[in-house]
Amino acid sequence: MSLVKVRNLNKWFGRLHALKDVNLEVREGEVAVVIGASGSGKSTLLRCLNFLEVPEQGQVIFDGKVIDPRRDDLNLLRREVGMVFQHFNLFPHMNVLENIIEAPVMVKKVPREKAIEEALALLHKVGLADKVDAYPCQLSGGQQQRVAIARALAMHPRLMLFDEPTSALDPELVGEVLAVMKQLAGEGMTMIVVTHEMGFAREVADRVIFMDEGRIVEEGEPAQVFSRPQKSRTRDFLSRVLWGSGPAQDCWTPAATATSA
Amino acid sequence: MDFLHYLVTSIPFFIRAAAVTVELTATALAMGMVIGLVFALMKISGRRFWRCIADTYITVIRGTPLIVQLFAIYFGLATIVDFGSFWSAAIALAVHNGAYIAEIFRGGIQSIDRGQMEAARSLGMSYGLAMRRIILPQAFKRVVPPLGNQFIIGLKDSSLAAFVTMKELFGVSMQLASTHFAELQFYTIAGLYYLALVVLFTFLVNRLERRLKIES
Repeated sequence: MSLVKVRNLNKWFGRLHALKDVNLEVREGEVAVVIGASGSGKSTLLRCLNFLEVPEQGQVIFDGKVIDPRRDDLNLLRREVGMVFQHFNLFPHMNVLENIIEAPVMVKKVPREKAIEEALALLHKVGLADKVDAYPCQLSGGQQQRVAIARALAMHPRLMLFDEPTSALDPELVGEVLAVMKQLAGEGMTMIVVTHEMGFAREVADRVIFMDEGRIVEEGEPAQVFSRPQKSRTRDFLSRVLWGSGPAQDCWTPAATATSA
Repeated sequence: MDFLHYLVTSIPFFIRAAAVTVELTATALAMGMVIGLVFALMKISGRRFWRCIADTYITVIRGTPLIVQLFAIYFGLATIVDFGSFWSAAIALAVHNGAYIAEIFRGGIQSIDRGQMEAARSLGMSYGLAMRRIILPQAFKRVVPPLGNQFIIGLKDSSLAAFVTMKELFGVSMQLASTHFAELQFYTIAGLYYLALVVLFTFLVNRLERRLKIES
């Protein structure tokens, strides 16, 4: 059954038509990876799913319910939809533990002790059990992003959105974040991932979605999209990212960092 | 030698007057902070109605002299409500500084990266909760220096309360200057007290700033 469904979504930024009649369905437990050039609407699509951007037309249906951004309490939807950002967006005035328990305690009214207990388990999971008291500025980008993942998971979301989670990282730190994401996918989390990491897409995705100029041009299983792309625009894009100057498909190794601590 | 004589013998009067100045300034600025925060939040509101009210308030208050505002409240409103000299001065100073503090807070809030609000909202926090828990604590740290500056201005502006019969530093110095026919001496002494208060306050603000820097 589909957990989230998007119907004829249209989004404009002034005159820019950022999303054009986008239709999408993601099943429970599925990992969908969205690829495409910058400016193709990938991030906008993701941000429409938790209404950080409000689409002008079309529907977002979560768990069978049409979400009306004017009537419905979006905070309730957002409790169920975690998001990880390109620039981490950790709260710099709070330490790692406080970052993670903030929303469970303040929003869900989880008792503090229970929230701390869960936060410690999550930190262990992302390999940062020893960073409980650290402040974000004392962590590397990769560590910050893993804390951000733990922070989102602390709300027990049913869907996780990743908006270019490794794009702001130094190359040597990308692997540790992807390893956590891969582990999460293995646990059955429903994930929609916008990324340029083609290796991750090929290995972890159940489905790859290629976007260009605000439209979904092609989607399918990774093997099919990567090996036998049907559309010429997909082929052009893939040949540029896979054989161009950038790192190619096997640019990361599932490092042990995330599970070592 | 007149000067030293006056300086020493006037100490009891000026200490009491300095206390009044500090009390008046502290009361006014505490109210000014509340006014400033409210109008800053109105000014960044999504609703045009609230933004309009905030804009009007800030434009009118910044565009007219404090002494005019003070007289309007003390003499003008006296026929309707009589606040007395202390509260007239406190309200005038609060309303006046509130407009500047509103702009300081607005700048501080808007200087916080948009991603902070987005991250907070993505976790299911309401706008108000995100503002209170995530944005304002960070914004507050950034506005300490300009806020300190505004407080210094407010402290010195409190001298205008002398014109509505307040016996604060300037009021007392006017009185002593005229009874002793010693204008230069007593106004210099008054200046020294203001200077001492400002130096003391600056020291406290710097210490707070350093502490906040260590914390982050």
